[in-house]
Amino acid sequence: MFDGVLQALLQGGLLGGYYAIIAAGLSLMVGVVRFINLAHGDMAVLGAMVTITLTEVGGVPVLWSIMIMLPAMALMGWVMHATLFQRAMRGGFLLPILVTIGLGAALQNGMFGLWGSNTRSLGASIGELSWASWILPGGIILGKLPVLIFVTAVVVIGALHLMLKKTKLGRAIRATASDPEAAEMCGVSSRQAHRAAAAIAVTLAALAGVFLAMRGQVTPYSGPAQLIFAFEAVVIGGIGSLGGTLIGGMVLGVSQSLGGLISPQGSLLAGHLVFVSVLIWRLSRDWARDHGGWRASLAISAIKLRRRLTGGAPAPDRAPSSKGAA
Amino acid sequence: MNRHHVIAGISAPDRRLMAAGGLIALGLFALPLFGSALVVDKLTLLMVYIILAVMWNLLAGYAGLVSVGQQAFIGLGGYFVLRLVESGMPPFLAIGLGGFLVLLAAWPLSWLVLRLKPAEFAVAMWVLAETIRSIVMFDPLVQGETGRSLVSLNAIDPDVRRTTIYLMAVVAVVVSLVLSHALLRGRLGGESQAIRDDEEAASSVGVSTLRVKRWIFLISAVGCAIAGTIWLASAITFQPRSAFGINWSIFMLFMVLVGGLGSYLGPVLGALLFFALQEVFGDFGAWYLAGIGVVAILFALFAPRGIMGLIIGKTGQEPLSMRKLLIMREG
Repeated sequence: MFDGVLQALLQGGLLGGYYAIIAAGLSLMVGVVRFINLAHGDMAVLGAMVTITLTEVGGVPVLWSIMIMLPAMALMGWVMHATLFQRAMRGGFLLPILVTIGLGAALQNGMFGLWGSNTRSLGASIGELSWASWILPGGIILGKLPVLIFVTAVVVIGALHLMLKKTKLGRAIRATASDPEAAEMCGVSSRQAHRAAAAIAVTLAALAGVFLAMRGQVTPYSGPAQLIFAFEAVVIGGIGSLGGTLIGGMVLGVSQSLGGLISPQGSLLAGHLVFVSVLIWRLSRDWARDHGGWRASLAISAIKLRRRLTGGAPAPDRAPSSKGAA
Repeated sequence: MNRHHVIAGISAPDRRLMAAGGLIALGLFALPLFGSALVVDKLTLLMVYIILAVMWNLLAGYAGLVSVGQQAFIGLGGYFVLRLVESGMPPFLAIGLGGFLVLLAAWPLSWLVLRLKPAEFAVAMWVLAETIRSIVMFDPLVQGETGRSLVSLNAIDPDVRRTTIYLMAVVAVVVSLVLSHALLRGRLGGESQAIRDDEEAASSVGVSTLRVKRWIFLISAVGCAIAGTIWLASAITFQPRSAFGINWSIFMLFMVLVGGLGSYLGPVLGALLFFALQEVFGDFGAWYLAGIGVVAILFALFAPRGIMGLIIGKTGQEPLSMRKLLIMREG
């Protein structure tokens, strides 16, 4: 039992690496461009499909396929932002949602039309990496591939962090994120920064998609679930924080694998429930903050409730100093 | 001489349109007398689409709440009916009660999601739909992915069943159209449009944005649930993956976007068009669905107010507009 839990904790934490990679792209877009791409998961699947096709049909070695696919996807992200997203964002918050969900439907069904409904995997193309593992003392099994994915996640997020902190592009992206108009006045093109962020986001999604196909199987309709996991990781880790996505991804991964111990269906549900709990906690914290702290806001609620129950009786003499605190 | 403003009443052309709508409804009620079984089945589906489009438009077009998770209520409505029928309730009673149970479920959810930012609301609704689906799949009755049929409906004579479900669907469409008309012409309509156009300005003149949004959210949830129960009653089999599928949201979005977001008649037009497209191109399967996605993108980018917007652009006025027109009176 104890071994099982330890194993689940370890595997869940490593799985978090995969979630962190796909969530980092989403988080970057939300933080910098204030744009949620609902087709983010479908981009991941597209990246996986292209890599699989290059490897299986084109006979290109896996690593080379990935090296060809990633820049192509980056270019696609850049073009997509320049043509679709930028235009959609001019129409307020509504159009981006409509455009990207339409894009998702087009991608999923287009991929189904091109590649069919068969599940596909890169597992066979990466040789022993797909099953090789280390055995730790105590009989704990540590897969090499999950470790590789986790290390990649740490490296990618670290590199992204350094890029944002140290390079010219990173400064432009950060400046645009905090105040697009002020950045424009200082000679930063917010358009270019947004397009660059979109290119990075799609590249990260595609990289995550490759790992998804190495770990297991993908179908043209795997995308929406990946978007949901990414969104959950972003919200759990704190919206707009890159380091948070790694933590959020690990929390999601661990809760899923612990849920999986209870029942096979429990895995997804556990992840969803952790997400909902974090959301409830965060919203009630904000609510309390807006009402002068937990004590004051609970006191106000109690008074309101009492008034409602007693049918609008006058307020008590000593009301808590809620207004002063707020 | 005393000048004051009043809100304009319903115009003469609009009254004629409403009378025509009433006649169409009467025709639809009489249809089972002479229509074939196939026609009745198809029209039931069309009615389901109209309800869904009207409900999604209430949310997105009037309250500014874009949800990609309304399938939560479609699926939940179906699930509640399944549960009630299995516990021995007559099926047609269960279809009505299912909507009420969804109202009870949607109320606490509204507390949570309406406090989110618009884009977060959209995705959070989707995640909630998935969460509810995972929970429903735990019910041994549903047997995970397998699903279950409304066996007791099979016991009813097929013609009686078909006609009853169809008539329920027509009633539901009429109720949702009349009810949303009354709501939008009234105070809630004015308040919701004010919020949609400028939330801060609306709240600064004393509109309780949360209350208005909650009302519309709840109405839309119940409407989607009733559409879901009618759909389940005609499809018989409840499968979590299709009942809670994201496709519902894509269809709703397509109908409302193409018909005309934020107009009263737009979603009805959109539902008719979507239904026709599905009849003609539905056999193309995935490519058809991909096409639906592409058309939605094109409309969002180039004609965000849909066919209705194009009509308004041509004629200069919206048929059955819900906007408040102030006219000056002297006296």
